[in-house]
Amino acid sequence: MIAELGSFSLMIALAVAMILGTVPIIGAARGNAGWMALARPGARALFVLVAVAAACLVVSFVRNDFSVVYVATNSTRALPLRFKIAAFWGGHEGSMLLWLLILSFWMLAVSVFSRHLPAAMVARILGVMGLIAVGFLLFILLTSSPFDRLIPAAEEGRDLNPLLQDPGMVAHPPMLYMGYVGFSVAFAFAIAALLGGNLDATWARWSRPWTTVAWSFLTVGICLGSAWAYYTLGWGGWWFWDPVENASFMPWLAGTALMHSLAVTEKRGGFKVWTVLLAIFAFSLSLLGTFLVRSGVLTSVHAFANDPRRGVFILLFLSIVIGGSLALYAWRAPKVGLGERFELVSRETMLLTNNVLFLSAAGAVLLGTLYPLFLDALGLAKISVGPPYFDVVFVALMTPGLFLMGIGPLARWKQANLPEIGIRLKWAFGVSLITALVLPLVLGRWSGLAAFGLWLALWIFAATMVNLWSRLRPLPVSGLGARLRALPLGYLGMLTAHIGVAVFITGVTLVKSYESEKDVQMDVGDTVSMGPYTFKFNGVTSGARENYLYSRGAFDVSKNGHVVTTMTPEKHQFVVSQGEPSTVAAIDRGFMRDLYVALGDQSGNNPTGWVVRVYYKPFVDWIWGGCLVMAMGGVLALSDRRYRFARSAVKDVAEPTMSATATA
Amino acid sequence: MRYLRFLIPLAAFAVLTGFLMKGLWMDPHTVPSPLIDKPAPAFRLTQVADAGKSIGRDDMLGKVWLLNVWASWCVSCREEHPVLVEFAKTGVVPIYGLDYKDTRDEALKWLDRLGNPYQASLFDPDGRVGIDYGVYGVPETYVIDKTGTIRYKQIGPITPEILHDRIVPLLRKLNA
Amino acid sequence: MRKRLLAWLLVLLVAPFAAGAREAPPVGEDPVIERRMMALSEELRCLVCQNQTLADSHADLAADLRQEIRELMQKGQSDEQVKRYLVARYGDFVLYRPPLKSTTWLLWFGPGVLLVGGLTALYLVLLKRRRLLAAEPLDADQERRALALLSEDEGQPS
Repeated sequence: MIAELGSFSLMIALAVAMILGTVPIIGAARGNAGWMALARPGARALFVLVAVAAACLVVSFVRNDFSVVYVATNSTRALPLRFKIAAFWGGHEGSMLLWLLILSFWMLAVSVFSRHLPAAMVARILGVMGLIAVGFLLFILLTSSPFDRLIPAAEEGRDLNPLLQDPGMVAHPPMLYMGYVGFSVAFAFAIAALLGGNLDATWARWSRPWTTVAWSFLTVGICLGSAWAYYTLGWGGWWFWDPVENASFMPWLAGTALMHSLAVTEKRGGFKVWTVLLAIFAFSLSLLGTFLVRSGVLTSVHAFANDPRRGVFILLFLSIVIGGSLALYAWRAPKVGLGERFELVSRETMLLTNNVLFLSAAGAVLLGTLYPLFLDALGLAKISVGPPYFDVVFVALMTPGLFLMGIGPLARWKQANLPEIGIRLKWAFGVSLITALVLPLVLGRWSGLAAFGLWLALWIFAATMVNLWSRLRPLPVSGLGARLRALPLGYLGMLTAHIGVAVFITGVTLVKSYESEKDVQMDVGDTVSMGPYTFKFNGVTSGARENYLYSRGAFDVSKNGHVVTTMTPEKHQFVVSQGEPSTVAAIDRGFMRDLYVALGDQSGNNPTGWVVRVYYKPFVDWIWGGCLVMAMGGVLALSDRRYRFARSAVKDVAEPTMSATATA
Repeated sequence: MRYLRFLIPLAAFAVLTGFLMKGLWMDPHTVPSPLIDKPAPAFRLTQVADAGKSIGRDDMLGKVWLLNVWASWCVSCREEHPVLVEFAKTGVVPIYGLDYKDTRDEALKWLDRLGNPYQASLFDPDGRVGIDYGVYGVPETYVIDKTGTIRYKQIGPITPEILHDRIVPLLRKLNA
Repeated sequence: MRKRLLAWLLVLLVAPFAAGAREAPPVGEDPVIERRMMALSEELRCLVCQNQTLADSHADLAADLRQEIRELMQKGQSDEQVKRYLVARYGDFVLYRPPLKSTTWLLWFGPGVLLVGGLTALYLVLLKRRRLLAAEPLDADQERRALALLSEDEGQPS
């Protein structure tokens, strides 16, 4: 019954979405206020209907309704409650429903926070999002319904994939989806602007907070995924350039470019057409990612089980949405005006250079991810493209951008004075360079890689501090706290995000240069030392928990003779789903280093002997710390007063018009 | 004319879609063999049925033959085995087996139960010869010609369609 | 009574040796080769896995290939020779760093071309834009807005 209710709710949602996707848009074209007014209630109704469907699925899981195929393949009676709920998005069908749920949530958000927007714009935005919802609803109802019945019902389920039975699973997918589904809002704004012909600085100002919040969610989502892989895969890695990881990273790169481009458009009304194209790119990459992950076109540990039929549907959907929006762009964009002047050397130019760099990086990731497919499709060769390629190419492309990050914020709008910037930054440059050259020696071993990475990070940090200092100094208030509070949040957000990048680079550089690993065979009582730490193996105990058996190793960790902590890595063997036991590494986290111990397999002949992997990972938590600081920067930026659009602001905003001047 | 450049993103997307469409029907997992049209790697292995007798690659020169990689623990091999048994009865081509990472006992029992299409099965317990031949998943089958050159590799179970469409025509050509 | 004492004595004598806390031996006989092998395996692909390196895979074939590499290295083969050995048997697919061939020129040079091309395009567009904007004088409305924006700039020291 519940499952049928869920299905039914989705069917009604489809009808609502179809109306939402057509009537308001036509209404906006015709100036029909009544039709346009359908947009907001339509979006809210859609959200309620999809939420009901989602609730039905959750209830099915919680009640162990194994007559539903999806529940039977992703759960068991003994599965802990939190994972029963997370199993919602554990498989393909459920994850599609999650996509839809989050899309409708964003539509609800737009319907609530859009009082300041002209009716026609709201109608178009929600209309476009409604059309996307139609695509997903059709896809779910026709090919991937999580509500299909299993007759006769199974007695017991097949359990959720052991790798997914983890807190990371509870948080990572929803955050990630909030991010890249969130780019649909920026996309809808762009399409609405192209349709209505009102592409100008005000459009950019409205778009910005939506883009920034989606970007922040995506940053957190990717960060969580990486942190989760780190402790769950058992070998201390945190990024593999796997196609599915790339699928979420490309929208992030395009989204970052979009945020910076929106800054130029908001300020100067320039490059509107380019910004619109970026908004289309960012969301297109999200959709492309959704396709790649579940079509079977690429191989990945993360990929969902695939079915060419589903792949065709998504590809068709992709073609309509992306092809349609690019066609609309080709039609409307030439008519848009130029905007205002700025010099060749100016902050605007630097932001646009950022765009070129980030897009080249996104392009490189796309190229690397799809290249094996290209060559195979042309019958030329079968190759693999992995971390050795991406690491080299990505770092090479990003380096100029990272260097520019120090200079850009100091450049004036409209016309920057390079020599002046040079003078202001010369100390930052010198100090960061010298510190970077010396630090590796302090850390124990000279490394060119470490020096280079440290220099970039320190450079960004130092330049940011110079910028902050120059803004703080002339303020008429006293006291650091008061001065900081006097600065616009948008500005502080930018600084925070850039510092986050510096922290991230520091973490990556130091971990890659100074991490060490030991693979040893240990028997009870054996010790292994790593730097100042000594690990003593105290044997393995076994037991059972809700739906798995565990082997739990115990290690005493001492430093300079005193025991500082005990670490207990485990291996979980899931009863129902069998297969490889999953490793849960023991991690002793610290600000400056992680100690990481993972149990390998038992050493063949010796019944109490185990293979143990011990890692020393300096500054690895700075990687995720840096990402979180970046996301925080995003949140600060969108809290800026500029974006608190009051109803009264509508009076000041004249209905924006199309500029009828030459092409850009 | 200048409006054409606004069509570039759309055009690039169309090309991409073409590739993705083609990709839906391809398998990213299969690893094609670099040994096609190259000499079959040398080996000398004992037979599964008789540890005293051995066969080497050069013993096979002068005839076209099939090398089928199988194992008693391999589930898909059970699918293809009846096809091979039937095919062996036609006598079109001698089939030799490469028993990959198996035990003699299990292998003989398996052949007893499911039939033995092989002239002989070579015993490769540690998989070394398998590695030399680029075996990565059983079952795999190689068509080797009179000069000892590998002409075709089938990855995965042999079906009657594959026999009919690919292998038999090739054998006819090589035997001519 | 005596036997008991003797037994305890024996235990006390043997105990320290039995509970010997030794430094754990590394996996594999030769740690230098082991390290080399693992480093190389990080760049090689496990052929039967869903996108994992040879180093991280638990699969049988992966273990076999790691052993093969160990033995090749013990025989004195260099990393390049080992790679060639594997590529001869499994093709370029086994390398995670795609070799530079005519078929991979686009892959290796593409990003650089994209970057240089993008920067050039940006530069040309900016030049053209400057020329176009210089050709149009501002009308009254635009001039008002321009002045307003300029004063906004003043309030913001960069």
